[in-house]
Amino acid sequence: MINSLFLISHSGDIFLEKHWKSVISRSVCDYFLEAKEKAGDPENVAPVLQTPHHYLISIYRGKLFFLSVTQTEVPPLFVIEFLHRVADTFQDYFGDCSEVVIKENTVTVYELLEEMLDNGFPLATESNVLKEMIRPPTILRSVVNTLTGGSNVGGTLPTGQLSNVPWRRAGVKYTNNEAYFDVIEEIDAILDKSGTTVFAEIQGVVEACVKLTGMPDLTLSFMNPRLLDDVSFHPCVRFKRWESERVLSFIPPDGNFRLMSYHVSSQNLVAIPVYVKQNISFLETGSCGRLDITIGPKQTMGKSVENLTVTIPMPKSVLSVNLTATQGTYTFDLTTKVVLWDVGKLNPQKLPNLRGSISIQTGSPKPEENPSINIGLQIQQLAISGLKVSRLDMYGEKYKPFKGVKYVTKAGKFQVRT
Amino acid sequence: MFSPFRHDDLKEMLDSNKDSLKLEAMKRIVAMIARGKNASDLFPAVVKNVACKNIEVKKLVYVYLVRYAEEQQDLALLSISTFQRGLKDPNQLIRASALRVLSSIRVTIIVPIMMLAIKEAASDMSPYVRKTAAHAIPKLYSLDPEQKDQLIEVIEKLLADKTTLVAGSVVMAFEEVCPERIDLIHKNYRKLCNLLIDVEEWGQVVIINMLTRYARTQFLNPNINESLLEEGGGADKTFYGSDEDEDEDEEEKEKKAEAAAMAKRKPYVMDPDHRLLLRNTKPLLQSRNAAVVMAVAQLYFHLAPKAEVGVIAKALVRLLRSHSEVQYVVLQNVATMTIKRRGMFEPYLKSFYIRSTDPTQIKILKLEVLTNLANETNISTILREFQTYIKSMDKDFVAATIQAIGRCATNIGEVRDTCLNGLVQLLSNRDELVVAESVVVIKKLLQMQPEKHSDIIKHMAKLTDNIQVPMARASILWLIGEYCEHVPKIAPDVLRKMAKSFTNEEDIVKLQILNLAAKLYLTNSKQTKLLTQYVLNLAKYDQNYDIRDRARFIRQLIVPTEKSGALSKYAKKLFLALKPAPVLESPFKDRDHFQLGSLSHLLNAKAGGYQELPDWPESAPDPSVRNVEVPEWTKCSSREKRKEKKVEKPFYSDSEGESGPTESADSESDSASGSESGSEGSGSASESEESGGVSVSEEEEEEEEEEKKTKKRELKKAVQESESEQSSEEEDRKHERKMKQQKSDSESESDEEEESESESSQSESDDSESEAEVRKKKKAAESKPPSKPAKKETTKEKKEMSLLDLDDFEPAPSPQVTPVNNLFSNSLVTDLEGLSLSEAVLLPATIAPSSALKSYELLHRITGEGLSVEYCFSRQPFSPDANMVAVQMQFTNSSASDTKSLHMEDVKLQSGMRVKEFPEIELLPAGETATAVMGIDFCDSTQAANFQLCTHTRKFFVSIQPPVGELMRPVFLTENEFKKEQGQLMGMNEITEKLTLDAKCRNEHAIVQRVTTAANLSRVPCGSDKECRFAGRTVTSGSLVLVTVATREEGAAQLTINCEKMVIGTMLVKDILLALTQ
Repeated sequence: MINSLFLISHSGDIFLEKHWKSVISRSVCDYFLEAKEKAGDPENVAPVLQTPHHYLISIYRGKLFFLSVTQTEVPPLFVIEFLHRVADTFQDYFGDCSEVVIKENTVTVYELLEEMLDNGFPLATESNVLKEMIRPPTILRSVVNTLTGGSNVGGTLPTGQLSNVPWRRAGVKYTNNEAYFDVIEEIDAILDKSGTTVFAEIQGVVEACVKLTGMPDLTLSFMNPRLLDDVSFHPCVRFKRWESERVLSFIPPDGNFRLMSYHVSSQNLVAIPVYVKQNISFLETGSCGRLDITIGPKQTMGKSVENLTVTIPMPKSVLSVNLTATQGTYTFDLTTKVVLWDVGKLNPQKLPNLRGSISIQTGSPKPEENPSINIGLQIQQLAISGLKVSRLDMYGEKYKPFKGVKYVTKAGKFQVRT
Repeated sequence: MFSPFRHDDLKEMLDSNKDSLKLEAMKRIVAMIARGKNASDLFPAVVKNVACKNIEVKKLVYVYLVRYAEEQQDLALLSISTFQRGLKDPNQLIRASALRVLSSIRVTIIVPIMMLAIKEAASDMSPYVRKTAAHAIPKLYSLDPEQKDQLIEVIEKLLADKTTLVAGSVVMAFEEVCPERIDLIHKNYRKLCNLLIDVEEWGQVVIINMLTRYARTQFLNPNINESLLEEGGGADKTFYGSDEDEDEDEEEKEKKAEAAAMAKRKPYVMDPDHRLLLRNTKPLLQSRNAAVVMAVAQLYFHLAPKAEVGVIAKALVRLLRSHSEVQYVVLQNVATMTIKRRGMFEPYLKSFYIRSTDPTQIKILKLEVLTNLANETNISTILREFQTYIKSMDKDFVAATIQAIGRCATNIGEVRDTCLNGLVQLLSNRDELVVAESVVVIKKLLQMQPEKHSDIIKHMAKLTDNIQVPMARASILWLIGEYCEHVPKIAPDVLRKMAKSFTNEEDIVKLQILNLAAKLYLTNSKQTKLLTQYVLNLAKYDQNYDIRDRARFIRQLIVPTEKSGALSKYAKKLFLALKPAPVLESPFKDRDHFQLGSLSHLLNAKAGGYQELPDWPESAPDPSVRNVEVPEWTKCSSREKRKEKKVEKPFYSDSEGESGPTESADSESDSASGSESGSEGSGSASESEESGGVSVSEEEEEEEEEEKKTKKRELKKAVQESESEQSSEEEDRKHERKMKQQKSDSESESDEEEESESESSQSESDDSESEAEVRKKKKAAESKPPSKPAKKETTKEKKEMSLLDLDDFEPAPSPQVTPVNNLFSNSLVTDLEGLSLSEAVLLPATIAPSSALKSYELLHRITGEGLSVEYCFSRQPFSPDANMVAVQMQFTNSSASDTKSLHMEDVKLQSGMRVKEFPEIELLPAGETATAVMGIDFCDSTQAANFQLCTHTRKFFVSIQPPVGELMRPVFLTENEFKKEQGQLMGMNEITEKLTLDAKCRNEHAIVQRVTTAANLSRVPCGSDKECRFAGRTVTSGSLVLVTVATREEGAAQLTINCEKMVIGTMLVKDILLALTQ
């Protein structure tokens, strides 16, 4: 299925290649580099390209292109999903998925890739299984390894692959047994000029960090599972239990994982936590414009809004901005023409305001469109949909684990049209 | 290029005794390989270490070996013996690893060794080794295709494997080696379907894709009757149509009259195996893996009956939240789907709205989807969106938007003028690209009705002075030439200007100048004769031969000479022929002949190795090929078998012993199973599952036997399940208990259903179940004593089935009756009982994706002479007028002839009420269903809106009366806001009632669900779990409606309603009271 994989840096440098079948010359990447040139923005490179003899399927993650080469029919999503899984694994192993980190850990990367695919077909993609075979590098271990010549490759054989819970490694032991669940919700919204909601929805995920000894069997139930309209699960979740009882019953993988993601039923109206009063105008004559933005709390359920940021991609003809913020700081990136206003915590008594003038290249016409405003925010201890975990039970093990649930609401793709 | 010294250095390290040095050397070598540098000259030094004790060194050596073995074949042979030894290792993981590396070494000489190793591994004890063997098959095949026949034997053997570990890999091998040998799948089909959910995700994708193809060759088209109708123009359509959801009672009544017609057309019967596939893949829509979701979606798109395809929409929309690459692929597929099945995605219209931060390629795909989704009802919303898009900074996207507007305008007649006006305004846009694109689109639109728009043509003529984009200039010239009679004054002047600039124009513009000249010459030769001559002369010496050719051709044709041929007489006809307006089509049209989700579909070109999706067969091949003979191993007792299976995969099958008791103690389930049947009936849900995995064989066995007896292949799957489940229970189980258990089973089913469907249907299904039971008892009494006690249950079950089958009348509908689709089962059973139309006919999922909308009858089929109309309150904002309540009507023409021009007339309303009529339905072919939306402003009263529903032949008086709950729309309030508002609506405005909750409605869930079903309100978050709060506003006056349900002990509760409008309040109290107590 997947013949070869090339890792290509943002600038077009091919810094790693791996082949699972016959070697394919790296010159095949030229087709891709050409398309990349043409597209300008890396996000605009078509994920699937056709060349005379090969098909190139690529993803863009962490300023890197993961380019896979295949010669025959294969479901494109299969490859794309796999490549993302590879990137996730790197992230998981090295804490980051960037060119520098991958270059530093070439050998580990290579070993991982070797295990993940066999003859181009995914073999072991579960992080728990991989970690049994190849230990993730830690500072201590790498120091020890250089001194003693020890290795990162696990001495034991990966029994996880053989078990019927391939996502969990065997023989896990902890002194402190803990299970934490983060319910993270994101509000995706488009507001129009007048502040009316054009489109809004809530998407959420339940991220878990489970460090429990042995083979615990967990059951997580919600106060109001009816809210959940559409769900997708980690393979460990027993789907039938969910279907019949609306509880999540699972044997967790060890460590961090995403238990489920969900979409809140569209019948419930979405609370929009902040409102934005904005006025961005460009003068017909002369080369300047004005900007005035105020943000205030709307439906915050009594919680405070934190980490508030405002991003405004300005038209390309904008030369500079001269603004004053009553709270927080703003920056203007001259190359990307993006105004980034980092507000911080929203104070309902004294609403943050950003105003000032925008200067435009002389001679260039008045921009056609006002830029849209992207909002970022975070509300701690609140799931905006009202979803609540009611209880977590553990079976199969004797000890008493420490349990915790945290709720966070964030702005997802939250956009105000102007 | 590399200093040999450095390599010597590495060689030295590899030769040393220290593992740490070896490891260091290997790491450096692997890093070289990773960077694409040549390290092949180290081969001898490296290969020596293949037997190294250090496991990491060993692994790295393998990496090296696999990479360079093809180049250094002779030396690679040195390592083979190590792997051969490994193949015999007692540790399964070492055996597997040895086979993996051995098969990856691409050296032709070792083909026989590989073949031998694969054959041996295929019958290894360990499933992991067998899996590795399956992986090795395509490797060997690509190395030496000659081995195909032998490899197919191995594949056949591995396909019969019963473990999930092997299934995915062997199907992969099958797809690469012998995808055409579909016959190998027959015997394994049911097993694959049943194992599917437990196979690892990558294997699932491959299996689902293969099964899609398989199903296309083995089963009949579930939509066959519909497609026949399309072809036959509905002429031979019988009264009932083919829809599976058609009322059965009717068929019963008029069966005899229909007998003749029935004989003519073959009734469609879904093969139970076909149903099995659909049912077992459906849960995978919930997978986290986008590829799996897509695979299931394409399976449903290609294989499911029309009414069931809708389920995939939600899952696909979910994928749009994923990475942009995933979005890209999903949107491509959605675009194709929307052309065929528009209704499916209509409820998700807003999910395709475009953000300015989306990458351009995503924007354009979303635009494509939005355009495909546009219809009369939503076009205004879509056009409003498009207006925002036109102002975007992304010019490619703006151009695409203009194209999209053009397509909407051609497809939807009503908005054509609006669109045209909008586009004309764009002509004064500052951006030339925008103007140019608009010109091109306007040209296409004008062609549809040029006579009305000569002023636009004039306006465009003026643009030639400014617009430089060749395509736009060419379009304008073509327009002027084509409609020169509408602009007789301007046309010659344009030609004059063009003649002046002819030499500087682009080729396409030049061709159009020639065209214009010719047309003008023919219509207005007096003014343009000289100009035409001049232009033709210029063209004669043009550099481009196309232009020279064209000039020569035109001259011969239009300028009369003595030699001019017979054609010149017809010159006018040739040039000024009436040209049909262009059809603006989606580029995704007809792409669905490629299997969706495939690379070929994405590229719209056949990729290497693509397996065509075959057309449905005319008649179904023999279904018995999928029956499995009873192999040796199934002869062991069923209990033993069960144990063995459980060890293998206890996790999905929720093994009873382990989690059963806790489950029932814990769950708040209201089903009877929890309390009644303790552990043996534990989790009725788990049983159905188990029958999937564990008792496959039994199922098959029995089926086979049954089949020999009768031809009743259309058994409900649900029944099959309980059947197998029961036969695996011991035979001394009492009859009564069985009943109970079955009941609990069915109840849990209806529980599930309740989640997606309305209350009424639940109670209905309960009734029907008990009805069925009564009948079953009767039948059971009749049934003759079975020969073997073990078979006893089965026979009884069978009798019941035969009752449901209806096969003495017509066997068609029974396969539809599955737990997946309880909707049908209800109607079927009620129909059996001779009931008339059920009250709560559920709308197709496409219209109401998540909510259960109650629909009401507007016109009965009998009174309507075959036309039946139902309406429901869709609870969506009615976009043309916010003060109106949207009423969605569904027209079904069950008569034998087409109904034309459905519209409404003579609206009689109370003062103040207003109605926005639905657009006229021009044609409703026999047997088809259409939906339309109308808006009614009820002025916050429950007065009925009376009007006449007219067809081309008849008029019917009908009226729509809203339940009070539909006169409001939900608003979002916080707890504090709610309390504040409530404080202001005390006294006269507050109504309080005490009530006792219905036994089934004592949890929060049920209350919320019942209240929101009764009234269109939204939930208000609330700190205490003893209270449920809801809020809404009336549609017309916007008065607040606040509802509080406070629960006490033992089902006592208090309902409080605060509303300015007392009348509404009192009526609402009644309705909600009714909903909560029944």
